[in-house]
Amino acid sequence: MTSVLEAGPAVTREAIIDVLGEVPDPEIPNVSVVELGMIGKVEIESHGRGIRVELLPTFVGCPAIEVIREAIAHRLEAFGVRVRVDVSFATPWSSDRISPAGREKLRGSGFAPPAWVASGRPLPMLEMPLAGSSTTSALDLDGPVSCPFCGSKRTSLQSAFGPTLCRMVWHCAECRQPFEAFKPV
Amino acid sequence: MTGPATVRPTTIDPEAAARAVARLAAATRAALADLVLTMADDEFVSGFTDSEWTGIAPVLEEDVAMSSISQDELGHARALYELLAAIADDGRDADAIAYDRSPAQYRHAALLDRARGDWADTIARRFLYELADEARLASIGDGFAPLAELVAKLRREERYHRMHAVAWLGRLAEGGTEARRRLEAALAALGSDAASVFAPLAGEAELLDAGILSRSLASAEAAWRADLTTILVPLGLALPPQESGAPAVPRIARIGASRMRHGEAFDWLHSQFTMVRRTDPEAIW
Repeated sequence: MTSVLEAGPAVTREAIIDVLGEVPDPEIPNVSVVELGMIGKVEIESHGRGIRVELLPTFVGCPAIEVIREAIAHRLEAFGVRVRVDVSFATPWSSDRISPAGREKLRGSGFAPPAWVASGRPLPMLEMPLAGSSTTSALDLDGPVSCPFCGSKRTSLQSAFGPTLCRMVWHCAECRQPFEAFKPV
Repeated sequence: MTGPATVRPTTIDPEAAARAVARLAAATRAALADLVLTMADDEFVSGFTDSEWTGIAPVLEEDVAMSSISQDELGHARALYELLAAIADDGRDADAIAYDRSPAQYRHAALLDRARGDWADTIARRFLYELADEARLASIGDGFAPLAELVAKLRREERYHRMHAVAWLGRLAEGGTEARRRLEAALAALGSDAASVFAPLAGEAELLDAGILSRSLASAEAAWRADLTTILVPLGLALPPQESGAPAVPRIARIGASRMRHGEAFDWLHSQFTMVRRTDPEAIW
């Protein structure tokens, strides 16, 4: 295909999504920003002379937002047109936006995908286990989180806070491994 | 002398914000700036105070939890300061607003104007604040879209903070004599400052008219007290005292007087969180 403008590829929505599919999450590089559901509106402006992409941050305080925005802008330069990447909360990111492929890739990287935040249900849990507590967690979620290593559902939440804002720490009673799961938000 | 370079906002679309600001009447805009400043300063000061637990929290999981919660709060403050920069449009970027003020110019609630204290002090303060913040966020209407959209996102994240604070409050309340004694003392010490998150704003009528607030701060406070009751009463803990009679200081200021008094603990915290900025004002992260 040839562009009417420069040597870049034709500016179509599909082509843009394909390119964005090559932008990795900086911390889990085998998952793309598209698979994580971080791409909002994609607009082609001025008859193909401009591209505007909405970036939906997973967490407001995520320190990777700027890195991701620059990576997206850099990749889109291949089209040879004007590029704008705007952070937006008009559609608040939810962990339910992670695609089925994205969920599988998270699991492959050792992260349990988030429990589904069923629409219309109150978000997550009323009771949280505390370190050293013997009480089992009572999570108001759709189902238990499966261990990404052995698949067991004999798992328990250890802490709702993990090494990054979007992750929490679980433990698998079957293979006796701690593991991380994405926070349902 | 030139000041530091202004940095492009990370979490807001400055052009969309500028368009929304342009639609506001001058008085509404000033009132909105006051509201966003108080929200931002609350998150900012709370985030820095609680980050003092990094490395020294009672257990490793709590070290991680307090660090994560603080990072959330500072991120929320960044987004609010960036929005404020667009509303004020006075040449200051978010960093300038966050770091270049003297201690007396901060407008965080008296509840948060405290030294970190012990673990019970922290849990008591966080519990009262998180529930108050939740009631305040629930009072933001859709009159100013950039704030309403941000708040919808913040509320999803703040649920985890509430869960954490409520779980620890219960654990300390039922965790034996020493824990309960310290928790009761901490709640009592916060006393009448507990409600200071809802200190009146002079421009509240404008904010209600414009739909930026969907209910008054007094209504938000009433909702907060009802929420507190459902948690504190079953644990046999006392509710914070209700302010009686007229405020001690006349409401001449645009922002409630209780947000203007700061103590030595904040002077110290301010000296800490401005240190890098003072050392190299032109540094860009």
